Amino acid sequence: MSARLPAVKKAGSQEIATVKNEDFVTATIANQLFGIPVLQVQDVLGPQKITRIPLAPPEVAGSLNLRGRIVTAIDVRLRLGLPPRPADGKPVMSIVVDHKGELYSLMVDNVGEVLSLSSDDFERHPATLDPRWREISTGIYRLKETLLVVLDVSKLLNFANIEAA
Amino acid sequence: MDDLLSEFLTETNENLAVLDVELVKLEQNPNDPGLLSNIFRLVHTIKGTCGFLGLPRLESVAHAGENVLGKFRDGELHVSPYAVSLILESLDTIKGILSVLEATEAEPPGGDQDLIDRLNAMAEGKEVPKAGAAAAPAPVAAAPENDPEELFTPVPAHLTHTLAPAAPPPPPTPAPVAKVEAPAPVVEAAAPPPAPPPPPPPRAEPQDDVRGESKESALAQQTIRVHVDLLENLMTMVSELVLTRNQLLQILRSQKDSEFAAPLQRLNHVTSELQEGVMKTRMQPIGNAWAKLPRLVRDLSHELHKKIELQMLGAETELDRQVLELIKDPLTHMVRNSGDHGLEIPADRVAAGKSETGRITLNAYHEGGHIIIEIADDGRGLALSKIKAKIIQNGLATESELAQMSDQQIQQYIFKPGFSTAAKVTSVSGRGVGMDVVKTNIEKIGGTIEMRSVEGRGTTFTIKIPLTLAIVSALIVECASERFAVPQISVIELVRAASDSEHKIERINGAPVLRLRNRLLPLVSLQNLLKLGVADDDDKRETFIVVSQVGNYTFGIIVDRVFDTEEIVVKPVAPILRHIELFSGNTILGDGSVIMILDPNGIATASGSMGGTADNAQTAAQEVAKSARREDDKMALLLFSAGEGGPKAVPLSLVARLEDVDLNLVELSNGEPVVQYRGKLMPLVPIDPNWKITRDKRQPVVVFADGDRSMGLVVDEIVDIVEDRLQVELGTERQGFLGSAIIANKATDVIDAGFYLTRAFKDWFGNAHESFEDERQHRVLLVDDSPFFRNLLTPLLTVSGYDVTAVESADEALALSESGEEFDVIVSDIEMPGMSGLDFAQAVRASARWSGTPMVALSSHAAPRDLERGRQAGFNDYVAKFDREALLLTLQQTIAEKGAA
Repeated sequence: MSARLPAVKKAGSQEIATVKNEDFVTATIANQLFGIPVLQVQDVLGPQKITRIPLAPPEVAGSLNLRGRIVTAIDVRLRLGLPPRPADGKPVMSIVVDHKGELYSLMVDNVGEVLSLSSDDFERHPATLDPRWREISTGIYRLKETLLVVLDVSKLLNFANIEAA
Repeated sequence: MDDLLSEFLTETNENLAVLDVELVKLEQNPNDPGLLSNIFRLVHTIKGTCGFLGLPRLESVAHAGENVLGKFRDGELHVSPYAVSLILESLDTIKGILSVLEATEAEPPGGDQDLIDRLNAMAEGKEVPKAGAAAAPAPVAAAPENDPEELFTPVPAHLTHTLAPAAPPPPPTPAPVAKVEAPAPVVEAAAPPPAPPPPPPPRAEPQDDVRGESKESALAQQTIRVHVDLLENLMTMVSELVLTRNQLLQILRSQKDSEFAAPLQRLNHVTSELQEGVMKTRMQPIGNAWAKLPRLVRDLSHELHKKIELQMLGAETELDRQVLELIKDPLTHMVRNSGDHGLEIPADRVAAGKSETGRITLNAYHEGGHIIIEIADDGRGLALSKIKAKIIQNGLATESELAQMSDQQIQQYIFKPGFSTAAKVTSVSGRGVGMDVVKTNIEKIGGTIEMRSVEGRGTTFTIKIPLTLAIVSALIVECASERFAVPQISVIELVRAASDSEHKIERINGAPVLRLRNRLLPLVSLQNLLKLGVADDDDKRETFIVVSQVGNYTFGIIVDRVFDTEEIVVKPVAPILRHIELFSGNTILGDGSVIMILDPNGIATASGSMGGTADNAQTAAQEVAKSARREDDKMALLLFSAGEGGPKAVPLSLVARLEDVDLNLVELSNGEPVVQYRGKLMPLVPIDPNWKITRDKRQPVVVFADGDRSMGLVVDEIVDIVEDRLQVELGTERQGFLGSAIIANKATDVIDAGFYLTRAFKDWFGNAHESFEDERQHRVLLVDDSPFFRNLLTPLLTVSGYDVTAVESADEALALSESGEEFDVIVSDIEMPGMSGLDFAQAVRASARWSGTPMVALSSHAAPRDLERGRQAGFNDYVAKFDREALLLTLQQTIAEKGAA
């Protein structure tokens, strides 16, 4: 079920501020659309055999073997303070991201298409946003139908802050 | 062959090959300064290394050559064909000497005076072929007819021949020299190859000795230099290959009669061989880590005026260079320790009937996939008394606890962090500086360290480390449907436990234990430890115990199933999981699933603190000492049965009498049963909370008495009085119990007499002292003349998380003050023979050291008047003797106040 992403890479770089368009892999969690910068994404996975890790933080779902590399699976729902996934039998999708040389698999409800978004539609997140969400996102894109929350992978994986919260 | 030498040979041969080419180039471009300086540098390097290695003959030739080259470089001399050929000749001589060196590990005898003279003459500007004759009238000097045409031939060997003809016919030595060709693996320990026995040349005829056929060095051909990174990379790849191989084999196992079977077997073998081969490239003799030690010991012996002999055995034992790097420092440290603290000065040694020269022996050998390194000295050994003093001073254990420990357990304290800081220890106890660091370092690479020491005879440390860190053998176990890997190195044995088998898990207050060869083995439920749901207490089902050892602490890990062992590649866990100490890494198994690798050290630490012992013991060693305290001290124990559970015991010394009470005589006072006993009312306390007074029966009662108070402990049956070690194996949180011990080969609960005593004289108390758990152990000095009270309060306070030092008189307490002991609080009796508690308090308040230490008075008289007197004397608080709860509360408050102040 693992599929390499189509090569939209190099279309834009988030590092360069002047670039207007940025590409995001979109995902839905609890009917909310999220985006992860495409350059950080390694893989999109279907359901995997996950080894539970006892004593790990609850957000850590376990670890899995991705072509010989050990990947730590993070349940983004729990990380966002949302209730656990309902057992509706839908396959769990994961987005594998690279963070400081380690691979993490972000478990989401569904993975959507890759969107190229214009920075004109970008906005800082509203002040009323849940602090937990505010912490792990960089901002919001206004799409036609809906809003897209941009996930900040490094903050998402920074567990030290959760424990403090 | 010496590593240094073989390295030198390889390097020099490489340099010479470069020089040959460069010199020829130089001849063609005599004025290329870059070329010249490069040549000069190369020759200079050779000269320098020769000098360093103590090869005088090579050095002198190279030196003379360098002189000439120096003049070239500085423009003082002109590069002429003659000069170049002379340099080349010296290079050939060097090569000749090198080839003999390679074969025999020694320079050939003889000298090269003639050549050197000619080189020197050249350096002085006398560019006359015959000039050398002036210095050395050897016939050879006159020989060379320097046909310029000949000189342009680039092959140096050829040149040598052109120079040779005039020399006397060479003795028949070339043949042995040729033997150098025989392939001699570089690292192989020097089996002295057939040394060419050069008949002592009658004259100084150097060329003849060494020239022969100037072969390209056999060494140069057989070794190539490879960057370590490349090897590391190879190792990683092989690790992955091993994993994939494991996966394939796993698949194969599930498919019988597969056509892949044969090729997979082949792949299996090839992979194993490849793994072995690549491992070998990383292997280095442990002697490399020892190379500096002789010098260190020599310096040490001068510095300390001791005679020390260092014996190194098994230096050729090979181990992974990564491991080697990691043990280098600990080893050095331990040898230094042995020399510094282990060995005595010569006078003391002679006085002890030993030879003047102390000996430190290093011994390394392979044993079952591990390397064992022993560091032994024949010095004074560990002085137990000094260690004990230090333990007490550092507050690591109390005197009474120490008295109950075995020598071995006391010695283990040198591995404790507390022992490393105090400089005093090094001079008194012999060892200790940084031993905890050594231990930590060794454990970090999955190794273990043990120590044996006999006072006056010496100390031996035994280090056991895995051959390599990259691939380890691990036992795969299952617990709550999850699989885990346990490194084989820490597994001692596997025991199958089931109610119908010889071994079954017994529980003491819920804490599982296993009787294993007459010892109680504390068990840890992996399921509980990893919080994988609550283990069902159904002990009937079959489980397995993985018996592990960490240091000297042996314990069992309860798992559901045991699979086979597998070679695993340890991969570090993700950074967000690093804080979980129970895992040392993770890996991918043959079936492709990810598995966590358990760290026995972490389990030992975690289980120790789960065992309910009161302080925040940090290291496994501490747990060891704790779980096995009160050993080796035989005492009479009263065994009885009461209520549920196994037999119970109480130290006989605490028991005043055994009585058989007619239950018809039992009366109720304030709702509690009492009996008239020797003209007084004696409260009766049942151990079994469900105990009911049954009329017309007699009930055995264990009577405790102190002074004119007495209390009766109601039991079901007095079983026996045995003389045994009271070795409390497992602590407990259960009120009224100190823990469990093996007494008369049975798991027995040892009751806390103090608990029942207070029940008799106070009403029931609620739960006590939870808040102590997380704090640093406070040191309490207990002063009481009554052994009964000391015996009673010491365990009581210890269990409550205090570190208790008990003394029987005020004088003794003041002596402790003199010796620099520090306590957080002093608890003292008032009525004592000799100096009374009040006088003691005044003395303490007047003293310099303890004036600030809070004091709590302990007395049977707790009237307000007594209280006032106590305060005036200097007591901060006043507690009635039997008021256990109040005492604990007061201690807590007093210490808190002190901390706040």
